[in-house]
Amino acid sequence: MANRLYIYLLMKSTEILNSLQVSLTIKRLCSQLIENHHTFSKSVLIGLQPNGIYLANRLKTDLQKSINKEVQTGSLDITFFRDDFRRKEKPLIPSVTNIDFSIENKKVILVDDVFFTGRTVRSALDAIMTFGRPSSVEFLTLIERRFVQNIPIKADYIGKSIDTIKEEKVSVLWKEQHGKDQILLNSPILT
Amino acid sequence: MKDLSTSHLLGIKDLNQNDIEIIFNTADSFKEVINRPIKKVPTLRDVTIANLFFENSTRTKLSFELAQKRLSADIINFSAGSSSVKKGETLIDTANNILSMKVDMLVMRHPNSGAAKFLSEKTNTVIINAGDGTHEHPTQALLDTYSIREKLGNVEGRKVALIGDIKHSRVALSNIFALKKLGAQVMVCGPTTLIPKYINELGVLVENNLEKALKWCDVANMLRIQLERQDIQYFPSLREYTYQFQLNREILNKIQKPITILHPGPVNRGIEITSEIADSEHSLILNQVENGVAIRMAIIYLLAGSINRS
Repeated sequence: MANRLYIYLLMKSTEILNSLQVSLTIKRLCSQLIENHHTFSKSVLIGLQPNGIYLANRLKTDLQKSINKEVQTGSLDITFFRDDFRRKEKPLIPSVTNIDFSIENKKVILVDDVFFTGRTVRSALDAIMTFGRPSSVEFLTLIERRFVQNIPIKADYIGKSIDTIKEEKVSVLWKEQHGKDQILLNSPILT
Repeated sequence: MKDLSTSHLLGIKDLNQNDIEIIFNTADSFKEVINRPIKKVPTLRDVTIANLFFENSTRTKLSFELAQKRLSADIINFSAGSSSVKKGETLIDTANNILSMKVDMLVMRHPNSGAAKFLSEKTNTVIINAGDGTHEHPTQALLDTYSIREKLGNVEGRKVALIGDIKHSRVALSNIFALKKLGAQVMVCGPTTLIPKYINELGVLVENNLEKALKWCDVANMLRIQLERQDIQYFPSLREYTYQFQLNREILNKIQKPITILHPGPVNRGIEITSEIADSEHSLILNQVENGVAIRMAIIYLLAGSINRS
């Protein structure tokens, strides 16, 4: 335990994307989405709580500017669908789920900021099915951490892929929360 | 937000304001879940819960069962009437036998006050009190206050009158604790014989006149006369009780302000409340039942974190 603490105390931060790069990446992701979903008449964005919400809202704003139509966007909390309940010390307190439209026969795009083990996406797949039967489900992520997935799930839209080790942590800072957009990789300094 | 301060739910007395807020916020999420097309979540699929009902119940038992099923828990039901309790088995033996079958949590209703606390001390499992004698009925008080919060936005500063048989009501005691902890003002109203002697120590107002109580309050929680717990005659006749303490159109017209009406059930229509008022738009009776499932899901979910299998 003492060793572990020591390692985590010595972390260095490297910038993965700066503010301009974040906004360019989001623009590119929007173009890719429009290629596949055209006017979004049968497609919806679902941000995964807590951090996917900011990205989903950013995508929504940019998409609406480009296609001049409303893009239905909801938020999904996956706490009750996690596979690690009672493996943690205390039960997690859920966030808000807000999907005020039908997803029946819609193309659902799940949105999260970081794609790591894949377990959140697996839980989200179970959770979204309780709202109906979508015609398809896709997954969009801003940062994909390559080669570390625990589950055979892949993202359909990727902002940036990075190679990381398990001990590293990706921090996504949003303007709405932290005053500027920035994505950092926090790595332990191994001495 | 911090964690729950307790690993059982024995009574509201043991909870603090933060606990109640955690339970309410979690219940908000479960209320959203039970309004989805598919109302079930897989969270508790490796948890087994036994419902021990040593006393009759319809609503509470069904509500707990539904909450457990919607959380995907395995459940077994036990009713004292059809069990070995009739053959002389003690409470601890009954509980330990059930726990030997690898049960993780007990939900218990018992006619003796303190039964849930007793069992929590004598067994190594999570206990949820579903009503113990004339002591506490914590889940009912939580769903009552949750329904007030939902309808009026908050509980703090609200004036709530508990009307009827306060002396024999575990719902009244739990409600007093919950409402006080959430910052509401509480009044009890009923015949003097049905108001406990030391009620003032709980910091509540006492009133014997229904009209005055209704004029004072924002919310009226109507309680049933518990004839089955009354060993002596506390008032001359039900007819006289009805004449003085029934919530009906006539008295509501007199006070000329809207009052939110709660009733924990079962409703004795025509005694403490008329059918017309029980079914009116100011009555939250059916909302209470719906919220009961969400509140019980929240409590079971939060307490499942305390299950110890080692």
